[in-house]
Amino acid sequence: MKHQNLFRAAAQAAVGAVVGLSLGLTAISASAAEVDNVGFVYVGPVGDHGWTYAHDVARKKLERELGVKTTYVENVPEGADAERVIRQLAASGSDIIFTTSFGYMDPTLKIAKQFPDVRFEHATGYKRAYNVSTYSARFYEGRAVLGTIAGMMSKSGKAGYIASFPIPEVVRGINAFTLAMRKVNPNAEVRVIWVNSWFDPGKEGDAAKALIDQGIDVITQHTDSPAPLQVAQERGVYAFGQASDMRTFAPDAQLTAVVNNWGDYYVERVKALQNDSWRSQDTWDGIGPGMVRIAPYGDAVPAKVRAVADVIAQNIANGAVHPFAGPFKSGDGKHSVKRGEVLDDETLLGMNWYVEGVQGGQ
Amino acid sequence: MEILIPAILTVITAATPLLYAALGELVAEKSGVLNLGVEGMILLGAVCGFAAVYLTGSAAAGIFAGLAGGMALSVVFGVLVLGFQASQVATGLALTIFGIGLSALLGQELVGVAYQGLPKISLPLLSKIPALGPLLFRHDFLVYGSFAMAFAVYWFLARSRAGLVLRAVGDSHDAAHAMGYPVVRIRFAAVLFGGGMAGLAGAYLSLAYSPLWIENMSAGRGWIALALVVFATWRPWRVFIGAYLFGGITILQLHAQVLGVGVPAQVMSMLPYLATIAVLVLISRDRNKIKLNAPACIGKPFHPAA
Repeated sequence: MKHQNLFRAAAQAAVGAVVGLSLGLTAISASAAEVDNVGFVYVGPVGDHGWTYAHDVARKKLERELGVKTTYVENVPEGADAERVIRQLAASGSDIIFTTSFGYMDPTLKIAKQFPDVRFEHATGYKRAYNVSTYSARFYEGRAVLGTIAGMMSKSGKAGYIASFPIPEVVRGINAFTLAMRKVNPNAEVRVIWVNSWFDPGKEGDAAKALIDQGIDVITQHTDSPAPLQVAQERGVYAFGQASDMRTFAPDAQLTAVVNNWGDYYVERVKALQNDSWRSQDTWDGIGPGMVRIAPYGDAVPAKVRAVADVIAQNIANGAVHPFAGPFKSGDGKHSVKRGEVLDDETLLGMNWYVEGVQGGQ
Repeated sequence: MEILIPAILTVITAATPLLYAALGELVAEKSGVLNLGVEGMILLGAVCGFAAVYLTGSAAAGIFAGLAGGMALSVVFGVLVLGFQASQVATGLALTIFGIGLSALLGQELVGVAYQGLPKISLPLLSKIPALGPLLFRHDFLVYGSFAMAFAVYWFLARSRAGLVLRAVGDSHDAAHAMGYPVVRIRFAAVLFGGGMAGLAGAYLSLAYSPLWIENMSAGRGWIALALVVFATWRPWRVFIGAYLFGGITILQLHAQVLGVGVPAQVMSMLPYLATIAVLVLISRDRNKIKLNAPACIGKPFHPAA
């Protein structure tokens, strides 16, 4: 269906160019309050059960709640292809376009310049324009809750962390998880294993096996497939879901999951466009506004642990607790945060060092 | 020591899909056909295998459907390349792209479905041998099958008359044609075999390695299998060594990371590729032997002299 849409988009773009720009422009400005179509650009397949899947769940919610039409294009590589897809969506009558990967940043801004009447929302980026907003979620808040649970559930005091690439987003998650885990168990260790891929079910599963073979009894991941959870289920250790609730793959092993909830934000932004209150802004929301959610606890999580995790989640949500509140220091001793200090957003966004307790950082 | 056995078991699971796909491609290339569509055929095998298990609950049906899925896609390739003499490279690439899309389409309903994995078959008595038992005799059907296929392909190519004919077709299709061998039919059979084996590799991925269906779950293994065939200089045992070397070092570097060896993760990730290339280049550095093993007609279209 979406391919059909693309074809139609291309045809419309061509016809539009021939018929004349003025006609097209009046049509768009006249419908500013009326949202005809919402475009989505995905970096992966909607069936990845991770990042793109979560965005598509949100797109469906948008369709359901506001009754707007949406068009999505999946598997769009970051770079020149993205520019072409975004242009087609803009030219074919999308009033607002969500570009959902970091690498779409420059293409989004370029097309935004060419289509001043179309609004753009770019996920996880930092460049804005008067018609381009940025948004992201504070996943580290959710990971702090996971770390708390891991600290209370792990008998060995060692958690395994299957990581993709050493970029600030991933490093921040590892650190938040480790800090929270060591608050519960000061001797806890987090062993990081890099698979150098966002998505490779086989390798992610192998990494889980290697961790378990070396005596680790709780696994978390910053890669997209549910394969590590399946391994955890088979081997009888605990694990956490990634991006979406992955309970079906590990009914006993999944303790909980950090769920990316973009739906509320998408509805809010399209509504804003409908009543003409859309402005360019930067959003970085966490558990409080509900952009990050904690999935229902697994049966293996005892009441006492649930209570503690709930309190941590609540305190993070209302701001009483910050996952990066001191005192703590980096493993190499180069960075230290004193009691009463909290890392600011700028430091968090560029984080490239590991806190004490992380093994295998670097 | 306790770590060793589970680690080796993981190596076997990592190597098995590569072995299947590479052995299949080896036979196709030996007949003179370069099929770059391995990745696509693996994915179709994976989705068909998983769908069959989902629908029937039978592991045997899953394995068979995987085989059939890969083979079906190779029929498309065979018809285009051997029937219409389309470019092998372009058609193979198109086949991969087509396979990725088609498998995603077919698998839409399968995303999020869980499966407990192929049953392990413990061979009686043999599986009780300490250390060796769990290592060699407690696997699923497809792992045993991959050992058998490695031997069968070796025997077929090196020892059987049919294998000799297939190699003749790959080395000089004109000569084979002149001798009265049906070049196109033999090549078609080799392409089908390659497709079936890639399909089995896919079935292994979605039924045993990580028992689930997700789009693009082969994550480039088809390309690694293709490279293994070339680096192994078209010899079955070297394909076997290459697949296990690649799988082994992938797992080894994961273990090394958990143990905390102070090597950057990026270097670790390069190791399987570097080591496999280095070893295979070393054992096959004799240029004349490479020439002997490489099918001379690979990638060339066959125009029978009228």
